[in-house]
Amino acid sequence: MKSNKDIAELLDEPACEHNKKEKSGCAKPKPGSTAGGCAFDGAQIALLPIADVAHLVHGSIACAGSSWDNRGTRSSGSQLYQIGMTTDLTEQDVIMGRSEKRLFHSIKQAIDSYNPPAVFVYNTCIPALVGDDINAVCKSASEKWNVPVIPIDCAGFYGTKNLGNRIAGDAMVNHVIGTREPEPQPQHPNYKIHDVNLIGEYNIAGEFWQVLPLLDEMGLRVLCTLSGDARFHEVQTMHRAEVNMMVCSKAMVNVARKLQKEYGTPWFEGSFYGISDTSQALRDFAKSLNDEDLVERTEKIIAREEARIQATLEPWKARLKGKRVLLFTGGVKSWSVISALQDLGMVVVATGTKKSTEEDKARIRELMGNDAMMIEDGSPKALLKCVRDYKVDILIAGGRNMYTALKAKIPFLDINQEREFGYEGYQGMLELVRQLSLTIESPVWEAVRAPAPWKSTSPPPPFEGGRLTREVNHG
Amino acid sequence: MAEIIKRNKALSVNPLKASQPVGGTLATLGFDRAMPMLHGSQGCTAFAKVFFVRHFREPIPLQTTAMDQSSSVMGADENVIEGIKAIAEKSNPTLIVVLTTGLAETQGADVHRNLKEFREQYPQFDHIAVVMVNTPDFTGCVETGYAATVYEIIKVLVPNASEAGTKPNNRPRQVNVLVSPMLTSGDLEALRDTIEQFNLRPVFVPDISDSLDGSLTEDDFSPVTIGGTPISELKTLGDATATLVIGASLQKAGDLLKEKTGVPTYQFDHLYGLQANDDLILTLANISQQPVPERIERQRSQLQDAMLDTHFMLGQLRVAIAADPDQLNAFSHLLAGMGAEIVAAVTTAHTPVLANMPVKQIKIGDLEDLELLAKEHKAQLLIGNSHAVSSAERLGIPILRAGFPLYDLIGGYQKTWGGYRGSRQALFDLANLAINFAHEEIEVYHSIYSQKFDAAQHDACSPSCH
Repeated sequence: MKSNKDIAELLDEPACEHNKKEKSGCAKPKPGSTAGGCAFDGAQIALLPIADVAHLVHGSIACAGSSWDNRGTRSSGSQLYQIGMTTDLTEQDVIMGRSEKRLFHSIKQAIDSYNPPAVFVYNTCIPALVGDDINAVCKSASEKWNVPVIPIDCAGFYGTKNLGNRIAGDAMVNHVIGTREPEPQPQHPNYKIHDVNLIGEYNIAGEFWQVLPLLDEMGLRVLCTLSGDARFHEVQTMHRAEVNMMVCSKAMVNVARKLQKEYGTPWFEGSFYGISDTSQALRDFAKSLNDEDLVERTEKIIAREEARIQATLEPWKARLKGKRVLLFTGGVKSWSVISALQDLGMVVVATGTKKSTEEDKARIRELMGNDAMMIEDGSPKALLKCVRDYKVDILIAGGRNMYTALKAKIPFLDINQEREFGYEGYQGMLELVRQLSLTIESPVWEAVRAPAPWKSTSPPPPFEGGRLTREVNHG
Repeated sequence: MAEIIKRNKALSVNPLKASQPVGGTLATLGFDRAMPMLHGSQGCTAFAKVFFVRHFREPIPLQTTAMDQSSSVMGADENVIEGIKAIAEKSNPTLIVVLTTGLAETQGADVHRNLKEFREQYPQFDHIAVVMVNTPDFTGCVETGYAATVYEIIKVLVPNASEAGTKPNNRPRQVNVLVSPMLTSGDLEALRDTIEQFNLRPVFVPDISDSLDGSLTEDDFSPVTIGGTPISELKTLGDATATLVIGASLQKAGDLLKEKTGVPTYQFDHLYGLQANDDLILTLANISQQPVPERIERQRSQLQDAMLDTHFMLGQLRVAIAADPDQLNAFSHLLAGMGAEIVAAVTTAHTPVLANMPVKQIKIGDLEDLELLAKEHKAQLLIGNSHAVSSAERLGIPILRAGFPLYDLIGGYQKTWGGYRGSRQALFDLANLAINFAHEEIEVYHSIYSQKFDAAQHDACSPSCH
């Protein structure tokens, strides 16, 4: 089990702006009025996309039983990450103290059955509480079977999902990154190839594959995306990148910071949502690599891609122009999605800032103006009130709020990780407009909002000799 | 008599099982203005919530006692009391059910004592029913957690006949119906319809067909369940003329209800297929003292006709099934009654109903076990939840989706399986999968002396533009 001190250190993340406000780190959950996942949830979400690893959950069935095979992330090769593995601890294991033994044999079984390049062991509440030494078990399993076995000590009661993200990042920095060198850099006759990483890119619905061809064209070799469509041996080489991009989420900012500290790798924050942000991210790569030729070639790629996508988007923009959006999503996504929507001529009337930092908020003000409506209260009641007050045409939020919106008969777009559509890159904008207009323009809204005709308060229309009545008269 | 094979490997791969607190949550969601709260870390609740949101495509009320590092080590009594108070204050429920998790049980939580303390401290919430249930997730499955919750709710909220003055048959038309989690909202609607045709008034305990049937209401939002069995109805169960218990897992709850009220109990393990429904209809006719309505006789003969039509596809069909015990038992009887062969049967917990199933072996295990058994015995068709879809794909055989969770089948949560009509449709669905996907074609043979010369054009019959 992690000590209170370990947890406090993880919560105290210097690169996270939440630290600088009156509340340091993440707020304590309140019994009876808390939503959101635990540290195990966060750690699993952060690492599960590493496709060829055996992800083994050490705990009772509630941890893995309702959560395996539950992500929109895609792999271009190995599908091992979709195989759910858990020690599924029994009452006897807990009472008799047999859980360490079960874990040890489970690791062997995972290696024997699936021959993975590494096993990740996620520690959960019960083994943490009874004091299983998972570090020792992983170490001796690793030595015995000659496969890296990585302990990720992420018991749910340590804290929130956010903390779990950091625990996951920490485990990668401490146990995996720097344990292998990348293949020799390929040569290109006309320009220099650069090695880069993306941190916090999850390849939801395969959306990163809409960006990767552009990075290829720029001559950027992606050593690793932590963790979308990643492989274990890619994570091992992350220390060799020339620059790291933190994609659209503060979740694993500790990885970027520690790589900077230990290997001197600079990092920047960016997003691939929307035309302007995608272009900005490509520019930031070129700029931070100090390669004049790359800067020049990047501008050409941007000009070409922007012109292409703008032409394709034109007919859609006319349909979406002026539509009013309430955006409720955490942290950095709030500003990155705003710019995507503004690119389309939509009006963002309000945005959620529950998880946003002061810096995020400053950016939101920059984008939306000073009277930007920021919503801290994300309860369904508050959201629905806001929808009414601001005459909102569509609510864009995480899947958790989908049925809140639908039950209130309000158009909705899912923006979080469980979604099935990819919105990244220039091409992603096309999917975004398609999904937006699909729900906004749908004929169902009128039908579901109208009361049944016999419940209408207005008096029935005067008799005009309808067919039904005639039949009755003749009958 | 089936041989039951227990878990014999360290690691569980592709779990079939979901946890007891998940089952307890489902049972609670079948009561009106209810709020379940899991006593554990907040992730327990988040996972269970997502599980049901994906299955039902509905908002799911579910809270947590949010145990953190300190309360996990030092004791979480305050979390339970504070949690109940917060829900009582904010959401105005009529029922709060606290379900323990493995974390709380390992720590040694005593939630029943917590409730006493809550009642002493906050008498202003005495009008709100609160039920505590032990549902650790290191034992049991959805079905056992559900059954334990129904049992506790009856124990706490149904008054003893001697104290409340209830008497069997005071309400001669009322029939109590305890329903297992294998009954969908569609099943409950069909069953209600059937019972009402005998001029009887069913009271379902619990009733997800009134809370999780996917309907729109006038209100935009409710923090607690809308619909479900009203808590006030529980006081009337003792006046009913009979209690029907559907599902072997609820036998204990049924016995308790009988003990408390004296109302006679009729046990049905499931409502799949001809025999099971004949038993039900005969019982209803006896209870109501009415002849079987013609419409029901018609439905019975329709099922018989469907059995004839589909026995060609289902006879000797090698089927693999993965489900919680009640539903595994139901499917096994339905299919055995059609002459199919159940070559792989995997379930989540060892319960008494397994012993009498018409199969050779039952494995307490996971979807990896199912896959291996199905492969070994050359299964032609698989029945399981959405997780089993990738197993079916790897095996190259069709799947009929059933159970929890169903996240890749729109409307799966309301499919009607039981009754004459539901069984008939289930047979059609099974037969369609068999006829279209599981049928073994004879391989084409090209004679070495053949003069047909068009073997390569086999696929070239699509229209082309000239």
